[in-house]
Amino acid sequence: MNFENKKATRQSYGEALVELGKENKNVVVLDADLAGATKTNMFLKEFPDRFFDIGIAEQDMIATAAGLSTCGKIPFASTFAVFATGRVYDQIRNSICYPNLNVKICATHCGISVGEDGATHQMLEDINLMRGLPNMTVISPADDTEAKWAVRKASEINGPVYIRFGRASTPIIYDENTKFELGKGIQFGEGTVATIFATGIMVAEALKAKEELEKENINIRVVDIHTIKPIDKELIIKCAKETDKLISIEEHSIIGGLGTAISEVLTDNYPKKLIRLGMKDCFGKSGSASELLKYFELTSNKIIDVVKEELN
Amino acid sequence: MLDSLELKNLQEKAKSIRRNIVEMVYSAVSGHPGGSLSIADVLTVLYFHEMNINVNNPKDENRDRLVLSKGHCSPALYSVLAEKGFFPKEDLNTFRKINSYLQGHPDMKKIPGVDMTSGSLGQGLSVANGMAIAGKLDNKDYRVYCIMGDGEIEEGQIWEAAMTSSKYKLDNLCAIVDNNNLQIDGKIEDVMSPYPINKKFESFGFNVIEIDGHNFEEIINAFEKSKNVKEKPTVIIAKTTKGKGVSYMENQAGWHGKAPNEEEYKLALEELK
Repeated sequence: MNFENKKATRQSYGEALVELGKENKNVVVLDADLAGATKTNMFLKEFPDRFFDIGIAEQDMIATAAGLSTCGKIPFASTFAVFATGRVYDQIRNSICYPNLNVKICATHCGISVGEDGATHQMLEDINLMRGLPNMTVISPADDTEAKWAVRKASEINGPVYIRFGRASTPIIYDENTKFELGKGIQFGEGTVATIFATGIMVAEALKAKEELEKENINIRVVDIHTIKPIDKELIIKCAKETDKLISIEEHSIIGGLGTAISEVLTDNYPKKLIRLGMKDCFGKSGSASELLKYFELTSNKIIDVVKEELN
Repeated sequence: MLDSLELKNLQEKAKSIRRNIVEMVYSAVSGHPGGSLSIADVLTVLYFHEMNINVNNPKDENRDRLVLSKGHCSPALYSVLAEKGFFPKEDLNTFRKINSYLQGHPDMKKIPGVDMTSGSLGQGLSVANGMAIAGKLDNKDYRVYCIMGDGEIEEGQIWEAAMTSSKYKLDNLCAIVDNNNLQIDGKIEDVMSPYPINKKFESFGFNVIEIDGHNFEEIINAFEKSKNVKEKPTVIIAKTTKGKGVSYMENQAGWHGKAPNEEEYKLALEELK
C-alpha cells in the first residue's frame, strides 16, 4: 500500500459538506468561531445563508442545532472535539440524544495528533463520552474516503451522530469506489497470528505494521472499526475465534474507547485477552504530531514490537 | 382588546389549570407547584388566545412553537395541553408515575403538543433560536415562544443565546421571563442576582416589555406588541407571584418542588374554586 498520498480528514469533511449542501437544502452548518480550522468555511463560501457562526459559545451552538432539527433541518455542528463533546456534554445528552434529534456533531482536532496546542486541545476522551449516550451513533473514519462516506451516511441517519476528524494529514487508504457499511468493520488480510483492531488514523499505522511483519512471514490481520457504535460484534467475535492474539489501537484513552468497546463484546460473547494500545489514562502535551505519536507509542513500530513480544 | 366575556373565560380556564396543577402534584407526591402556578396565566393566554396551534395535528409545520425552558414547570404545561385537548384530562393524574407518558419534565417524543424536551435549565432559548432561524430560512410566519425562569437566567448559556437571537434579528421569537423572584435556595437577588433583567436584555439587543404576569390584559397586549417589532427579538418580563392562587404557597421558596399533604391539598382546592 502507498502511504504517501495524504489528506487531513477535516479537509475531507469540508469537501463532503459542500457536496451535501448542493444536494439537500435542509443541510445547515453551525460553527463556533473555528470555521477556518474545522473547514466548515468551505460550506460558508458556497451557502452563506445556511451557515451560522454562533461565536465562542459551544453550548448555544449545540442547542441551537437541536432547535433547527425539530423544524426539519439537518444541522452539522462543528468545533474542536474537546469543545464539541466535553464542554457541551449536557446539551448533547439532554437536548439531542434524549429527544433523539437529527443533529450531527462533527468534531475536528481529535486525539494527540493535534500537536503543538498541547493537552487542553488534544481530545482523548470523546469516544468514551459520546459512546455512552443512548441513541448516539459514533463514527471514527480512518482516511479521506471513509470520512466523506461518514458525512454522507450521517445525513441519511435520522438521529444524532458523532464523527471524529483529525487535524493532521494522514494516508489515504481507500479508493473512492470502496463500499462502506455502518456498523461493519473492514478486514485486511486473513492472518491468524493476531488481529489488530484500529480506528481513525491508527488504521494506517496498523496496515504499515502488517506489511512489515509480512516481510518476516508473520501474518496478521487488520480490522478498521470505523463505526464505534453500533460496533461490529460479529466481526470481533469471528476474529477472536480465528486469531491467536488480539490487539486494539486508538488515538484515544484506553478507558472507554475502541479497546473498551471491543472488550465489552468479548466479555459478553467470547472471553479472550485483548491488549489495548492507546493513551494510558494520561493527558497529552505539546510537540509535533509525529513526535507525539512516537512519544505515546501510537505507531506501526509499537504494534510490531507488541506482536513480536506476544509471539515469544 | 379583550371583551369581558373572553376575559372571564380566560380567568376560568386559568383557575381550572391551577386546580389541575395542584391535583397533579398531590397525586404524584412530587413535582413543582410554585413556578407552575406563577406561569399559569401566561401559559393560559398563550394556548387559549395567542398561539396558532392545531390540536388535531400537533406537529403541523406551520404551527407556533413553545419551548418551556424551565421544564420543571411541566404541571402547568401539561394542564394547559390537556385543557386544550391534546390528551385526556384524566391522564394528568398519571403524572410522574411508572407507566405514564407524562414524564417529570417535558418530553417531546412522548407527549402530544410538547414542542421540545427540556429539564436541564438554560438550554431552551438556544433551542427556540434554532426554531426561529428555521422559520426564517423556510419563509414561514410561525412564532416561537420560550419561557424561562428568573433563576434560570443565571445560566450563562441564556446569554450566549441572547446574543444569537439578536445577531439573527429573530423578530419571530418572543421570550418570557417568569419573574417570581424566588429560586430553590431563596430570593434570586440573594442567591445570584440576575437583576437588572430588563437592562441586561436591552443591552443584548432585545425589545423589552415589562408586565404584571397575572393581568390578562397586560399579557395579551404584550404579545400583540411583540408582533409589531421588526428586526429584533422580544422578551416579556412577567412579574409574577410564585405559588399564585394558593395562599400558603404564595411567595414561599419552600413550595418550589414539594407536594401538598392531604389537608393542604383540600385547602388549595377550596381556594381555587
